[in-house]
Amino acid sequence: MSEQVKQLINQEYAAGFYSDIVSETLPPGLNETVIRFISAKKNEPEWLLEWRLKSYTAWLEMIEPEWAHVKYDDIDFQAVSFYSAPKSMDEKPKSLAEVDPELLRTYEKLGIPLHEQAALAGVAMDVVFDSVSVLTTFREKLFEVGVIFCSISEAVHKYPELVKKYLGSVVPQKDNYYAALNSAVFSDGSFVYIPKGVRCPMELSTYFRINEQNTGQFERTLIIADEGSHVSYLEGCTAPMRDENQLHAAVVELVACDNAVIKYSTVQNWYPGNAEGKGGIYNFVTKRGVCHTNAKISWTQVETGSAITWKYPSCILRGDNSVGEFYSVALTNNYQQADTGTKMIHIGKNTRSTIISKGISAGKSSNAYRGLVRMNPGADGARNYTQCDSLLIGDKCGAHTFPYIESKNPSAIIEHEATTSKVSDDQLFLCKQRGLDAEKAVSMIVNGFCRDVFKELPMEFAVEAGKLLQVSLEGSVG
Amino acid sequence: MLRITNLFAKVEEKEILKGLNLTINAGEVHAIMGPNGAGKSTLGNVLSGRDGYEVTDGKIDFNDKDLFALSTEERAREGLFLAFQYPVEIPGVSNMEFLKASVDAKRKHHGQSELSAVEFMKLARETSKRVSLDQAFLKRGVNEGFSGGEKKRNEILQMMLLEPSLCILDETDSGLDIDALQIVANGVNEMRSPERSFIIVTHYQRLLDYIVPDFVHVLANGRIVKTGGKQLALELEEKGYAWLEEEAV
Repeated sequence: MSEQVKQLINQEYAAGFYSDIVSETLPPGLNETVIRFISAKKNEPEWLLEWRLKSYTAWLEMIEPEWAHVKYDDIDFQAVSFYSAPKSMDEKPKSLAEVDPELLRTYEKLGIPLHEQAALAGVAMDVVFDSVSVLTTFREKLFEVGVIFCSISEAVHKYPELVKKYLGSVVPQKDNYYAALNSAVFSDGSFVYIPKGVRCPMELSTYFRINEQNTGQFERTLIIADEGSHVSYLEGCTAPMRDENQLHAAVVELVACDNAVIKYSTVQNWYPGNAEGKGGIYNFVTKRGVCHTNAKISWTQVETGSAITWKYPSCILRGDNSVGEFYSVALTNNYQQADTGTKMIHIGKNTRSTIISKGISAGKSSNAYRGLVRMNPGADGARNYTQCDSLLIGDKCGAHTFPYIESKNPSAIIEHEATTSKVSDDQLFLCKQRGLDAEKAVSMIVNGFCRDVFKELPMEFAVEAGKLLQVSLEGSVG
Repeated sequence: MLRITNLFAKVEEKEILKGLNLTINAGEVHAIMGPNGAGKSTLGNVLSGRDGYEVTDGKIDFNDKDLFALSTEERAREGLFLAFQYPVEIPGVSNMEFLKASVDAKRKHHGQSELSAVEFMKLARETSKRVSLDQAFLKRGVNEGFSGGEKKRNEILQMMLLEPSLCILDETDSGLDIDALQIVANGVNEMRSPERSFIIVTHYQRLLDYIVPDFVHVLANGRIVKTGGKQLALELEEKGYAWLEEEAV
């Protein structure tokens, strides 16, 4: 093996460092007092505390879902801390100058400069550290055109009518086990409102970071695109390398009013655990959007991290002529497990949905696509096209496809295509014979396989996603 | 350029090459012919270092280096090129991206800087003209949906871009019509130079009407059993291989 390949293989998860920051962390455990504490910490109105407590009561009676194609030991929710925030955030900083320099250094190390002049051109960023939002950039500039981009905690105070109207409107409190848990204990996340007819002038982005040990992250994101508006939003996430598993249970709700367009992209790079399968994030996430008349929601996800991924970004196509899209690349290596896909619920007439899913399994990992396409009785002329491709690297990994199709309307058209292929020895030999080393060859073949999805990502991130795949695949050949 | 001494090689526990000797000097074109199963393709695969081909004895010097000390990709970067009999497809990876990565890998190996996208584009366009391959092929996936002839021309395009010192053509003529054969042969002839050598593995003498070899070898039962000039190929066409195989035993 060449020296270069060895080096590549030994390269570690680059975001795996821990920042030494004094934090206020709740002792592990979950009960009503904890929920009251979180609510009080955020100085929340009474209705929201009630809402949380109702969710908690519901959660207590629910059981953890077991249908996913993943295996893990029972989670001890009493061993998880449900709130952790840097001490320096007690008084929310009003400007960058007031932010703890150690926090800023953390984001610099992650390659995310928070100084507006150094930031990626045209990207406004909300950064969430453990349980709190640290800072949101370009807020004034966005506000000039009426776009609201802030943390959800702030929105609760400043825009209570909007939050009250839409929170839980797409993902109800009792939707599922993890959504109920999130509704009870969510700590922070991003809030976006795009007013009627406005095309958001910048990419909006949230960067989630888990830092503290034994802490779960429960963020809540709510994006409302009012009539005829347009927004593109991207989230990224990383965590330190630890031997223990950590829990991340988020809820994302999107509302696309008539003629609105929301493009939601995710580059998920939570710590995946080590090569022996120790540690890593349990990523149990509920993401859903509702489309009103002529509206469109497009989910694009690149999932390379987490020990376990359980995630189904979905679209409820309520309005006539609305459009849902789901483009996904899910890569698993070593002992990672992913059960991910989407739900497209066609309610309105002439609704259309497209699902392109690319699953890549390497090492001893397991990768499942699970998707539901449902055509309701009123969905005249609705159409769906689904394409699920799996690529296997090596012979110890698994790929599975679980498509559920329910059509209650005879005029609806559903197409489903699925393929499974392997990175062949012949392909590898061709590349090596042309002077490419094995790592480069595999990453090129995998990138080619993912091309249809990468082209849906905003430009800057498509390049990043390609690099991320390369790093995540290290050690999978040779 | 290349000196093969007493080469023995196995594939899946089966001995295919049994004491093969061959010396190729710079600038020479050697044709290797022989019956099915004689080890012709094995020779190309052993030279380029394909997995699954186990060398049990012998020695190969390539440009004064021990070939077996080099990995598959290092051999390629040192100037050894194998044109495939059945080029595989790599869906979604554009031909352009693939070609640039190969050329850059070689340049880097020789301490040169990578070509800029613009420089490479210009070079690739000019070269694709030389093998009558439309520029649209540069944008398509590597060999993705190419016809047999287009795949072979794509191989010659890669050979031209990589400027190897030793080119091995493994039955490049199989499945080609006369027009495509001529394009491939012209490409090879254009590349003939005093510094570059060729090993042309073929079943038929037809290709050798277009690419005239300096030497013709007959490979049978894992060894070179006869060597001659270009007229040997004509003789083989007439008499077949049986008489040589008998001699070889």
